[in-house]
Amino acid sequence: MFSYKAIYVIVIREFKRFFRQRGRLLVTISRPLLWLFIVGAGFGSMVNMPANIGYKQFLLPGIIGMTILFSSVFSSISVVWDREFGFLREMLVAPISRATIVMGKLLSGTALSLVQGTVLLLFSPLLGVKLTITNFLLMLLLMSFLSIAITAMGLFIASYLTSLEGFNVIMNFIVLPMFFLSGALYPMNALPKTLHYFSLINPLSYGVDAFKHVLFRNGSDVIGAEFPLLLDIGVLFIFSAVMIGLATYSFERKG
Amino acid sequence: MSVIQVTNLVKKYNGLTAVNGISFEVKKGESFGFLGPNGAGKTTTINILCTLLSQTSGSAEVNGYDCLKQPPQVRSSIGLVFQDITLDNDLTAYENLKFHCYLYNMDKRKAEERIEYILNVVGLYDRKDDLVRKFSGGMKRRLEIARGLLHNPKVLFLDEPTLGLDPQTRTTVWEFINNWRKKEGITVFLTTHYMDEAEVCDRIAIIDHGRIIACGTPEELKKIIRGDTVYLKTADDSSAISELKETFGIKAAKLHDSISFNVESGDKFIPKIFEGLKTAIVSVNLKKPTLDDVFIHLTGREIREENNHKAGELLKMRRRKG
Repeated sequence: MFSYKAIYVIVIREFKRFFRQRGRLLVTISRPLLWLFIVGAGFGSMVNMPANIGYKQFLLPGIIGMTILFSSVFSSISVVWDREFGFLREMLVAPISRATIVMGKLLSGTALSLVQGTVLLLFSPLLGVKLTITNFLLMLLLMSFLSIAITAMGLFIASYLTSLEGFNVIMNFIVLPMFFLSGALYPMNALPKTLHYFSLINPLSYGVDAFKHVLFRNGSDVIGAEFPLLLDIGVLFIFSAVMIGLATYSFERKG
Repeated sequence: MSVIQVTNLVKKYNGLTAVNGISFEVKKGESFGFLGPNGAGKTTTINILCTLLSQTSGSAEVNGYDCLKQPPQVRSSIGLVFQDITLDNDLTAYENLKFHCYLYNMDKRKAEERIEYILNVVGLYDRKDDLVRKFSGGMKRRLEIARGLLHNPKVLFLDEPTLGLDPQTRTTVWEFINNWRKKEGITVFLTTHYMDEAEVCDRIAIIDHGRIIACGTPEELKKIIRGDTVYLKTADDSSAISELKETFGIKAAKLHDSISFNVESGDKFIPKIFEGLKTAIVSVNLKKPTLDDVFIHLTGREIREENNHKAGELLKMRRRKG
């Protein structure tokens, strides 16, 4: 049975947990600021940037992408947490379908990422990036696309993890490489050829690229973006659809 | 009317047979105990009945619904308390219950009334806004049982509900379950390896190696053993066993640190042992039949063999340290 009530309560639970876990809240707020103001300041003096843009500004879309990446992965890994601490069973024996659970986790992960991305976005005037209402709304839309894509991917991975020990492996071999190869810290075409291929299959690249389209648009000119905006959106859509399908399928099969 | 109906149920995991063709039924309003050692197939059976696992063959029905074909109906009819705690530590007691009501699609007003009522019954109303993290093991257990009963299930499944609780808390938990059962007339299905818990069930199935080896009321099961059980501690158990066989034609079972056998009237037989046995006797104990003895009689083993063994090892370690 597909239940909207159940989806609602799963989302509420994740939000309550998020705001109750002080440490997580603190890390979530401070991590992107550390990157922007410390890494940004350090690397800024070394990196040659395209005209009219400072390194701190260049970092902003990438750091928004990173925040969404970490937050979405962490949210979806909470399934493993729930499994380890038994709470997942409470949901699995309830008269709701597995798809309901996946949808609840997907929505809560997406919403939490979106909240964090938005908070960060509000810092953009401080970095000298102009934020109009249209841009803000466009960013909300694109950020939710990216959040859905990454959360769905995380859920698919989480369905295979039976213990939290796997989390570090995922962080090291999937999440961090995704971040480094996404064009968040340096333009993708500056990468050696082999690595460049990896950034082409990385969903985060398309999310960050889409953000650049909105934040760095200067008349008809876009600074820093490497793909067409429609391609970015298309890839995120297809990736999300595939991952939601896989995650639901694998939860139906294995619980 | 039977509320649980299991026929020739088989569950195999990668070549290992956890449940090996069991059949039983549980009547409405009954308390039915599944008694057996760890790994006997108790939890596997419960998991099939609550639709968390699908069987290899055979059929299982709960409240008239097929566990394999109608999981949502089965799930709405049952309440569950698992072996390990399945509460969310970061939510309050009240929030945990509320979450449950939403999952079971309860009407909001009804849910609130029911939560308040049930929290009072389990004596946790004063603590309803505390995080579950702060609760003791016994409180968590009571809260879980309360949660299992929130949506008015027809059957309450309890998988080792008092595992790891101290004796006093075990008693309160049981009092609560039994009072509730009488009041609401629901069926209780429980698994346990505590004999005293099985003793208070209306009917018991003894399960070992995935098979039901006996099923009936505690009284019926105790009748399997004719007479009394005599426990002997001797200087040499194996020679005592063979002597008993030769002299009296009695088949004795070897236990952890003693041997046991059944005779018609134990009090009259004991003097004979002292006369007839050459092996030195350290101590003698006479017992009227219990479910423990039934289990030993049927399997030749003690039900908590592993636990005794572990306790023995602990003792040894302590001795070494001391």
